[in-house]
Amino acid sequence: MTAMQTVPRTGTGGGTDPRRGVAPTPGATRPAERRAERPAQRSQRLRHQFVAWGFIAPVAIYMIVFYAYPLFRNLDLSFRDYTLASFITGEAPFVGIANYVEVLRSPTFWPALGSTAVFTLGSIAVQFALGLALAVFFYRRFPLSTTLRALFLVPWLLPLLVSASIWAWMLNSDSGVVNAALAVFGISQVNWLTSPQTSMIGVLIANIWIGIPFNLVIMYAGLQNIPDEVYEASSLDGANAWQTFWRITFPMLRPVSAITLLLGLIYTLKVFDIIWIMTRGGPGDSSTTFAIWSYRLGFGGGSPDLSPAAAVGNLLIVIAFVFGIIYIRTQRRTEDEL
Amino acid sequence: MDKNRTARIVGATVLSGVFVAAALTGCSSTPSDNDSSGSTEYTLWDPYPDRDASSDWAKAIDACAADIGITIKRNAGNTGDTVKDLTTAAAGKLPDIAMVDNPKVSTLADAGLLTTTDDNGLDVSDIQENILTAGQIDGKTYGVPVGANTLGLYYNPAVLEAAGVDIASVTDGASLTAALEKVVASGKKGITFSAVGTEEGSFQFLPWFWGAGADLTALDSSEAVSALTLWTDWVKNGLAPQSVLQNTQGTSWDEFKTGEFGFAENGSWFKSDADAAGYNSIQIPGENGKPAPAPTGGEFITIPIQKDTARYATSVKIVKCLTEGNTGADSLGYVAPTAAGQEAQLAADPTLEGWVTAVGDAKPRTADNLGVKYGTISEQLYTAVQNALSGGLSPADALAAAQKAASEKLG
Repeated sequence: MTAMQTVPRTGTGGGTDPRRGVAPTPGATRPAERRAERPAQRSQRLRHQFVAWGFIAPVAIYMIVFYAYPLFRNLDLSFRDYTLASFITGEAPFVGIANYVEVLRSPTFWPALGSTAVFTLGSIAVQFALGLALAVFFYRRFPLSTTLRALFLVPWLLPLLVSASIWAWMLNSDSGVVNAALAVFGISQVNWLTSPQTSMIGVLIANIWIGIPFNLVIMYAGLQNIPDEVYEASSLDGANAWQTFWRITFPMLRPVSAITLLLGLIYTLKVFDIIWIMTRGGPGDSSTTFAIWSYRLGFGGGSPDLSPAAAVGNLLIVIAFVFGIIYIRTQRRTEDEL
Repeated sequence: MDKNRTARIVGATVLSGVFVAAALTGCSSTPSDNDSSGSTEYTLWDPYPDRDASSDWAKAIDACAADIGITIKRNAGNTGDTVKDLTTAAAGKLPDIAMVDNPKVSTLADAGLLTTTDDNGLDVSDIQENILTAGQIDGKTYGVPVGANTLGLYYNPAVLEAAGVDIASVTDGASLTAALEKVVASGKKGITFSAVGTEEGSFQFLPWFWGAGADLTALDSSEAVSALTLWTDWVKNGLAPQSVLQNTQGTSWDEFKTGEFGFAENGSWFKSDADAAGYNSIQIPGENGKPAPAPTGGEFITIPIQKDTARYATSVKIVKCLTEGNTGADSLGYVAPTAAGQEAQLAADPTLEGWVTAVGDAKPRTADNLGVKYGTISEQLYTAVQNALSGGLSPADALAAAQKAASEKLG
């Protein structure tokens, strides 16, 4: 089968091929030619370069001010020792990697890393699977399907404070609705958010519920871009429903899946509100992820430990960065195959 | 055509650059803009955003201002923001009067933002000694309490009568546990309190902690372990519900008001609510038969440093006006900080006697020269409580880990 152009024109999927680079500016010349050009040509080339910089300047300034500078500040914060006195005196001694060592040696480090991994991977896996299942379900239009699909968006639209508070009430150990429903089936009280064993499950359930609509919407859009001819051809070849899904739909959704998973992953790594409102990191450290830990060190605990908090934050950025690199490499490999 | 386009593009670039630069400089604060030195307007920051201009507190401030012949500009924000605002404000922009939660006074004093009574000439001789210690570091006094509240043990007489419990028999932890067992046997729930993973949890645990004879500098002592075991056993044996791990004091009070509970540990600020519902209260029982010292809540009035030291004299008058008598304390729901004020409160409402006594037996959290260390110790304490009550660690292990973490952080 010839490779057909199936990459959907969704926002960031597909994208530019980094190998192609920027289109050559008008008048750009190779070094050998530059020696031979006349002054008028050179001044025109300079003017065009100036114009090019003029275009880039606003976005460059924006990126530097709102992306590069805070990142730099955070790194600076993590290499110094910031205390409350630093706000007054403005001084913060340089301590090198002492904060990172303190963070890595902390007894919370490995539990937090484990919790972050469990929370992120667990959320993504279930959100993606359920989102995809729902997208396939809604692919066939039936009466009220649009209304139902709109209702499925509600978890995504609610403010996180509202969702998290309501889930915290529903999962209340003694008087929550969930335990009341379980009691009807004869299951004894589960201490969802107050037991170290189940607190992570509690926040996972809430986060999955909130994340399904995002996956549903994007996978649904991805499904629309699969041409009908492929399905017709496969049904002529005698494929049943499961084979159609597994051998046709799923591989063709690969670029969309990749971007959905990446966006979901990076978002879930940073999830803070839900866990903080429901358990504040759980009894002890049982539902403490890196994001929670960073906030608790900086603002939630007894004293503001801003430098270790910045160190934890930087570790989180590194993790997200690693996944971003993996994604770009996978993209490049996919485009090589095409 | 090309020249025009180039000119327009260059112009747009320059304009956007100027715009960004202007936005950036506009964002940075200009220091000496709101300097109020030499004026008769005094600024007061308090952490009561829910008490608006029509509240008794605002009226008390206005009355003081009228008495002294000045105007007081009030700025109400949350306590956390107040501390943040104070520490990030430039020296010339600190308010004349700042009210902060009493455990935070030492933090601000440590940062060099507050004046001592030696600097500002405030006379603190009639302030009740035990509640003043939260504002005292190394023998110097940095502020005075506007009033104090504390914790006690509320009980529901109807539930206790139905269970056959005599409140006079509750004199220590063991007798309270026995009473709880009787209440649970009669079909009701035992006790509700707040063991949440925040300062509120530490606040609620401290009466039992201190009542057992433990000290905040040694979280792993055997007395501390016995106090935490008391709580852990209550939750394990069903005498206290699992929800205590998530309850704030407000939620715990809501639970108590359902009438399902026999006992509730909560604060004096619910007294009028309790009176209306027919509940009574006793002091929290300690382990040696005497009532346990409970921690004090309530804000301190402090005078931050000012460039113009002549302003201290008037600031002192404002502080005196707000702490004398009972108007200030009444408007905030506190027990007054002076003996005269307390007498006035008792004259108006004799049933306050129990709470006045409780405040007299109470102890501030940053006392014993703990100062800024309290925040770190408290964080480890409520973490240990959460670990033990949730069954993650035994009380001894939880407190040992807490003491280890606290000593490491405090060096």
